Amino acid sequence: MLRTRRITPWLFLLPMAIILLFTFGYPLLAVFNFSFHRIRGATGPFIGLENYRQVFKDRVFGEAVTHNSLLLLAVPVMTVIAILLAVLLFDRPFGWRTYRAILFVPFILATPVVGVIFSNMLQLNGIVNEVLRGNGLGMLALDWLGSPRLALWTVMGVIIWREVGFGIVLFLARLMSINEDLLDAAKVDGATWGQRLRHVIIPQLRSVIEFFVVVSIITMLAWVFAYVYVITHGGPGNATTVMELYIYNFAFRNQLPGIASAVAVILFLVTLALMLPMFRLRAEAEVEEMA
Amino acid sequence: MSRKSVADDLERRGAGERGWLSLPRHVVLLGATLLILLPGYFMIVTALKSLPNYAADKFGFPDPLFFGNFVTAMRGGRFLLWFMNSVIMSVGAVVISTTASALAAFAFARMRFPIRNTLLSIVTSLMVVPPVVMLVPLFLLLSRLNMTSTYWGATFVYAGLITPFSVYLLTNFFKTIPHEVLESALIDGASPMDILRKILLPLSGPALVALIVVNATWVWNDLLVALVLLPNDRLRTLMVGVTVFGQRYNSDVPVAMAGMLMASAPMILLYIFGQRYFIRGMVAGAIKG
Repeated sequence: MLRTRRITPWLFLLPMAIILLFTFGYPLLAVFNFSFHRIRGATGPFIGLENYRQVFKDRVFGEAVTHNSLLLLAVPVMTVIAILLAVLLFDRPFGWRTYRAILFVPFILATPVVGVIFSNMLQLNGIVNEVLRGNGLGMLALDWLGSPRLALWTVMGVIIWREVGFGIVLFLARLMSINEDLLDAAKVDGATWGQRLRHVIIPQLRSVIEFFVVVSIITMLAWVFAYVYVITHGGPGNATTVMELYIYNFAFRNQLPGIASAVAVILFLVTLALMLPMFRLRAEAEVEEMA
Repeated sequence: MSRKSVADDLERRGAGERGWLSLPRHVVLLGATLLILLPGYFMIVTALKSLPNYAADKFGFPDPLFFGNFVTAMRGGRFLLWFMNSVIMSVGAVVISTTASALAAFAFARMRFPIRNTLLSIVTSLMVVPPVVMLVPLFLLLSRLNMTSTYWGATFVYAGLITPFSVYLLTNFFKTIPHEVLESALIDGASPMDILRKILLPLSGPALVALIVVNATWVWNDLLVALVLLPNDRLRTLMVGVTVFGQRYNSDVPVAMAGMLMASAPMILLYIFGQRYFIRGMVAGAIKG
């Protein structure tokens, strides 16, 4: 630690504090405040919990929550795929760098670009269906984005396609820092590949897996706007509407910022609740590391 | 053993280990790779097909090669303008955020003051607050300040949104630099600012590059904030432009793909040349050290 005058640290913190108060501090306080008012323009009368009552009465909000919850099913899928691929890569098979580089590409690509490409590929007469029909799988050529029953699952597929690379790279980085002696010892003791996976590799990955799961849960609940907006715009009907889109529509289409704020508060509280275990996990991981 | 020789050692070990698992392993890996590359293949070949060619054959190579889609795309979308707007905003946000975060991280990592740990946890916990939560108040605030549809308004918001991650990453990095490195400068009577500028920052090269790459990518790829805070056509970022463009040309797929190709080319090129910074930066938030 440096010895400084008492004021010095605060001076160093000042620019950050200004920026964060502007982007997080004020808006987080204001959004709570707005959610209790009927906002027209920039202000409006206090109406207590009326906005919340409206939101919970709205069928579309219920659907949005359902859709976000269904998207959570992508989390275990992504996690398993990412673990599998990371495990296949970690003892550096031929070409592993190339595999890693390619598998990470989607995560670099911007969601809107990915969305536009996929929505063209998945058109009723798009390449996906064309290929299916061409191979005698015509009955699998479905209306991926136009059918209300399918659209959400299609969007989920696109999300998995793009986000799984992050998991792979994350797990791979952790696996490569595992002490090789552990694996060698297991091998010498005659452990099969499956046993080594279950008893050595997965336990070593535990903290990163937990991190990835929590981050992915937050993504599915509160960070999928761009996918939905670009690929389906929430449709057909409301079949792919999610909470973020609901906030966006109410704030900037229907000009009802009060309602939008109530949903934003709900979303914020949910993320907060999910965040706490993550920080506990991180603290635990640090303790483990020190031990 | 140095890191390099450990890596070599592991490399050799891996190369020697080609048991029965080798074939199925490569089948799975190749399958996954193809699945990842397919949309890219589709984008590139389609961008080079004429519309009739595309209608007749969606999967094959273009026959003949057709470059007209790029001309149409350039006429239909203001890619250059969108591109410049995205560059301005990404660079601006990264410069503001990195400067403020380096100063703050220095204080967090190297100075003693009350409530330091509490403050640091609050700042880092902001990392996971979704931007959509702040958007309504930010929009109303910027409207009142007459700053919607200005470079400054959006740039400052972007700078704020990436700052928690920057502070977190830099604080962790600054903590890893041993105190002895700073000691001689301290004896010479250097001020805290000198220590940050002349010792810590030069030592943080790779960490800074990784941080800048991640943050710039984040701003570059954002859709929501730009959509709300930059309604003016002239200030559209590439992502908003791409979205509008994709809707406009959803019946002329080759033109849409030509547009996507132009829009994603800069990022792909950057990735090809700076891959390790992308990977290192994205992983850095999750794995320490």
